[in-house]
Amino acid sequence: MALSRSSSQSSHRRLIFVISAVLCITVAAAFQSDELLVDDEEFGLEGGLHTKSPDLTFTRPTPPPPSTTASTTRKRFSDPDSDSKIQFQLHHAFGDSDFSPAGTFSARLKTWNHGGQTLTKLRFSRNAFTEEEKEKFALLLKGDDFYRIRLPSSVLNPPGRDYVISSVKARCLPREGLDEHFVIHTDGINILAVNYGSPGACPYPRQMKIPGKWSFNSHTVLKNSEQAPRAPVFAEDILGVGGEVGEGEIIPPPERSFWAKYWMYAIPLGLIVMNAITQAMNMAEEGAGQPAGQAQQPAAVQRGSSSAVRRR
Amino acid sequence: MGVASMAIRGFLLLLLFLSAAHLSFSLYEDQVGLMDWHQQYIGKVKEAVFHTPKSGRRRVVVSTEENVIASLDLRHGGIIWRRVLGSNDVISGIDIALGKYVITLSSDGSILRAWNLPDGQMVWESFLEGSGSSKSLLSVPTSLKIDKENLILVFGKGSLHAISSIDGDVLWEKDFAVESVEVQQIVQPIGGDVAYVVGFVGSSHFDVYQINVRNGELLKHNSAPFSGGFSGEALLVSSEILLTLDSTRSKLVLVSFQDGEINYQQTPISDIFGDSLGTPVLLPSKLPGFFSVKLNGAVIFIRVTGEGKLEVLDKVNNVAAISGAISISDGQQAFGLVQHGDGKIHLTVKPTHDSSADLLKESIDMDNQRGVVHKVFVNNYIRTDRSNGFRALIVMEDDSLLLLQQGAVVWSREDGLASIIDVVTSELPVEKVGVSVAKVEQNLFDWLKGHILKLKGTLMLASAADVAAIQEMRLKSFEKSKLTRDHNGFRKLLIVLTRAGKLFALHTGYGQVVWSLLLPTLRKSETCKYPTGLNIYQWQVPHHHAMDENPSVLIVGRCGQSSEAPGVLSIVDAYTGKEINSMAAVHSIVQVIPLPFTDSTEQRLHLLIDANQRGHLYPRTSEAVDIFQREFTNIYWYSVEADNGIIKGHALKGNCNQEAVDSYCFESKDIWSIVFPSDSEKIIATVTRKLSEVVHTQAKVIADSEVMYKYISKNLLFVATVAPKGSGEIGTASPEESWLTVYLIDTVTGRILHRMTHHGSQGPVHAVFSENWVVYHYFNLRAHRYEMSVIEIYDQSRADNKDVLKLVLGKHNLTSPISSYSRPEVVTKSQSYYFTYSVKAIDVTLTAKGITSKQLLIGTINDQVLALDKRFLDPRRSLNPTQEEKEEGIIPLTDALPIIPQSYVTHNLKVEGLRGIVTVPAKLESTTLAFTYGVDLFFTQLAPSRTYDSLTDDFSYALLLITIVALIAAIFVTWVWSEKKELKEKWR
Repeated sequence: MALSRSSSQSSHRRLIFVISAVLCITVAAAFQSDELLVDDEEFGLEGGLHTKSPDLTFTRPTPPPPSTTASTTRKRFSDPDSDSKIQFQLHHAFGDSDFSPAGTFSARLKTWNHGGQTLTKLRFSRNAFTEEEKEKFALLLKGDDFYRIRLPSSVLNPPGRDYVISSVKARCLPREGLDEHFVIHTDGINILAVNYGSPGACPYPRQMKIPGKWSFNSHTVLKNSEQAPRAPVFAEDILGVGGEVGEGEIIPPPERSFWAKYWMYAIPLGLIVMNAITQAMNMAEEGAGQPAGQAQQPAAVQRGSSSAVRRR
Repeated sequence: MGVASMAIRGFLLLLLFLSAAHLSFSLYEDQVGLMDWHQQYIGKVKEAVFHTPKSGRRRVVVSTEENVIASLDLRHGGIIWRRVLGSNDVISGIDIALGKYVITLSSDGSILRAWNLPDGQMVWESFLEGSGSSKSLLSVPTSLKIDKENLILVFGKGSLHAISSIDGDVLWEKDFAVESVEVQQIVQPIGGDVAYVVGFVGSSHFDVYQINVRNGELLKHNSAPFSGGFSGEALLVSSEILLTLDSTRSKLVLVSFQDGEINYQQTPISDIFGDSLGTPVLLPSKLPGFFSVKLNGAVIFIRVTGEGKLEVLDKVNNVAAISGAISISDGQQAFGLVQHGDGKIHLTVKPTHDSSADLLKESIDMDNQRGVVHKVFVNNYIRTDRSNGFRALIVMEDDSLLLLQQGAVVWSREDGLASIIDVVTSELPVEKVGVSVAKVEQNLFDWLKGHILKLKGTLMLASAADVAAIQEMRLKSFEKSKLTRDHNGFRKLLIVLTRAGKLFALHTGYGQVVWSLLLPTLRKSETCKYPTGLNIYQWQVPHHHAMDENPSVLIVGRCGQSSEAPGVLSIVDAYTGKEINSMAAVHSIVQVIPLPFTDSTEQRLHLLIDANQRGHLYPRTSEAVDIFQREFTNIYWYSVEADNGIIKGHALKGNCNQEAVDSYCFESKDIWSIVFPSDSEKIIATVTRKLSEVVHTQAKVIADSEVMYKYISKNLLFVATVAPKGSGEIGTASPEESWLTVYLIDTVTGRILHRMTHHGSQGPVHAVFSENWVVYHYFNLRAHRYEMSVIEIYDQSRADNKDVLKLVLGKHNLTSPISSYSRPEVVTKSQSYYFTYSVKAIDVTLTAKGITSKQLLIGTINDQVLALDKRFLDPRRSLNPTQEEKEEGIIPLTDALPIIPQSYVTHNLKVEGLRGIVTVPAKLESTTLAFTYGVDLFFTQLAPSRTYDSLTDDFSYALLLITIVALIAAIFVTWVWSEKKELKEKWR
């Protein structure tokens, strides 16, 4: 009983601890919403997040996160891992036309202790198509032509060395609205490439479809380089323990059994021996079997070497 | 009964032999040369030194453009010995010292080596220090001795060195780098203790340094200005007179520097030649007392008399080459001269003292596929009648080497094959009905005899002579060198393009040259000064008309080195070697894209991209345009600007809007671009899949009966970039500032499917892309070792097609068309392994249907080819594979890739200067043909999973026949005999 009580007590204590911990976390989270700029653990992936900007007339599929207003107004440079807010423009072109602004990416540039800089917290606000642009886009749909976009290759001093361009057949975008998917490959402050397309499949032959509503449903993904796996380092272990599988040499085939190895010699040998035995028995019969007569021959011998026995 | 048991025993023995024949997997000693051949070359000869002692082997030592030093037998042209130096160790001088050492100067005059003349062993090697860069000059005086040591004078890297020819010790050196003198010659007058170093300072001063050869002490230095300026060329006429041209090339300037005193003597060219137009060119042949000038296509020999007067000796037209002077008997000297005329070459040997007389005049018929003579080297010998005879070694336009003697070609070497640029293969003609092959090549008796011999060999009854006969028969079987297509597809033509612009068709049987063609479009001409061959492509591969149409190949080249230079195209029949068509194209050629479409005559459509990113369609027929227009919107290509670090994707836009309407010209537009940050990435390697590769299955069944779908796309590009700091030699960058990033890019949309960084690694990167995997080789700076990594890419969008019910009901997406515009769902698996060697080339085996497992062919640093099973580079290798995984063939994980000595494809041979490996599938699924080229050529057949679909070459059909006959006979005998027996029984 006492035991159970103590256990229940301890469970209570645990519960309290958990609750307090949760409270702490929520407090921290609440605190964090104020200090969000400092604490940015995961960088990169921000799917389908949009800021509300006054120039947008259509409704967004996902509500903007509450912290964004705070983040847009603040700039901090005092921290060692300081970050600053930057913006860069998305341009688009219809077929072979010139590029024109189509939206704004905003992100925070995080400076690390070791001097490296990375982009985090990417947000995107898309300008709505104007009537003229809608017409142009409809033309593209008709001609199955390219809808092209571009981003500066450097976010600090755009356009950097050059713009990175991506394009998609316009017919891949329309669903109910216009679905688009950006994958931005970055390396520090540089944008290597942007991959633009529909978020799903776009099977060939592409069907012509005018979108129901001219609003963009954007998904953006920020991608950095992965670390390559290292060559396994365990040679010492293996060598130390047994060394039987080490070195990666071709493992010698397992020792075959005696029969597997020498059957080809054994069979003829057996035959020869059998032959010799029957021969010998024949000899014996020739000598001894004559008076005994045929009826006395054992059946087994008769079956085993009938031809030899019958032979006269 | 004895008969029966004998028969059974015999049968069993036969069975045994048959099974033993099946067990032979690896290559045995006597199988060398059965399916492979190896040819040794040396490359285009730069310099030749004859060594013709009165007795013993007469030889010529040559240095070549491929950085080979070789000693050739003068009797038959065979290689006595050969040393291949590295590709950056360019030989600049060669000579023979002490009559037993071959001295070579290489690497811009910084390495001097001595090789033993009889066997080519290196005797000594000296590294010469120097601070500057300059011409490198080698001078091996015959009679310069200091303390019984013969001296070699070397000028290189701005310093003059005196080196002992016995052990290569540097006795003294004198640095000229600070003097800013451009040294032209080192002169060592015979008998004196002084040497002169002469050269120009700037373009208006001439300097002479007199140096004591005993200790390198500078005795005298004189400098004299010259008002006219020098053209830069200089020619030594005698040991005290140098000849040069002034900067306007209108005056010949004789510079005499007797005892270090400089005197100029100018002679206007018009005084000598009259008023002729054209600029004179001094020909760099060392002729004593006179020199030769090329003017308006003719060569003029001019003698320098004692007082510095110039006197025209002779004027010869159509001169192709002039040799240096050689000394013949009683102190006289002679030189050789080669002229061209009416399909022949004319060799003339003249004495230097009297150029009007001819010591020798010969005309030799010459194969017109060899082009013009580029170089000639003359050597003399004493004829049986005690008169002087001459032999000449000539280097032709196609880089071949010939020895002429007594008006005939004694031997020739096709050394152009040492510099192969590109290779394609062609099928041989189909055997025509009506021509009995047996009648032409072998009669039945021979066939039977051969098989009886083989049988004897198999039953171990053959004598030594028989064994030799069998071996010879196997090596020289008629089957191998037939000029018709074979059932297994082993016989093919390898069509190779060499740097000299010559095409060779090599038979895969023994590598014999079937035809050769010196391409007219790739020859030097007025319109095309520096033609270079680029690539060969399959132009027409007839399948439907294989009986009556010949395949042809397209050769692409350009006039000049820059990519803006105008291109040249020619189309050559692959069977006859005749040029069918040629175009001195008006546009430049940056990229050639063979399109997957053919017209009604089975000519492949090619899109040639010029420097302005315009596409030009070939063949230029309306039919081709029609086919092209149908696929117009589905044509994409990419371009890599390695210097800029930009990769761009292009699509077609419409016809060119030029002044003239050209319906075969198309504008392009950029549809995607990838810009690598210039401060952190530099493109060093790009690899794609081979267009001809066949993939057998998309699905891969893994251990737990799961299916993985390979992401197979023809449009994948592998790109490797390194940090700019780490792009130099290994060791110049620290691991922290060096990294290697690899990408898999879809070339239609520019989508980066995979991106991965190897920290602390650097190039050079060699990679091969096949099916859904890439294997690449690089250097790991942290581990101080080379590594090989593999990336395999799998398609996840098809991964849920495992449900049988779905498959039955047709609710799968396996048959849906794949579009690059769909968002790919891919997963990649990768793993790195250490690999001991550095790599020169890497390729993968290709088979006809892609069923046979793959092997990587790795050209190692020691010029051999290693076959490594792809299974070793499986990213799914784990430390302790489960039983199922073992059954699947997964090898336990190790950190290094094994190098098994038996798996060298080249067995004990070396393919010197290995540059490339080409694999071609045979018709037989198990077999692939591998051709390796460098300075040497090597060809072999490979069976990565053994020859599971055919009997071995040495399978004895006679034995099989005899076995069957014997068995039938035995059956009859025993049958008759048992009948008799039974009858007897019944009568009993």
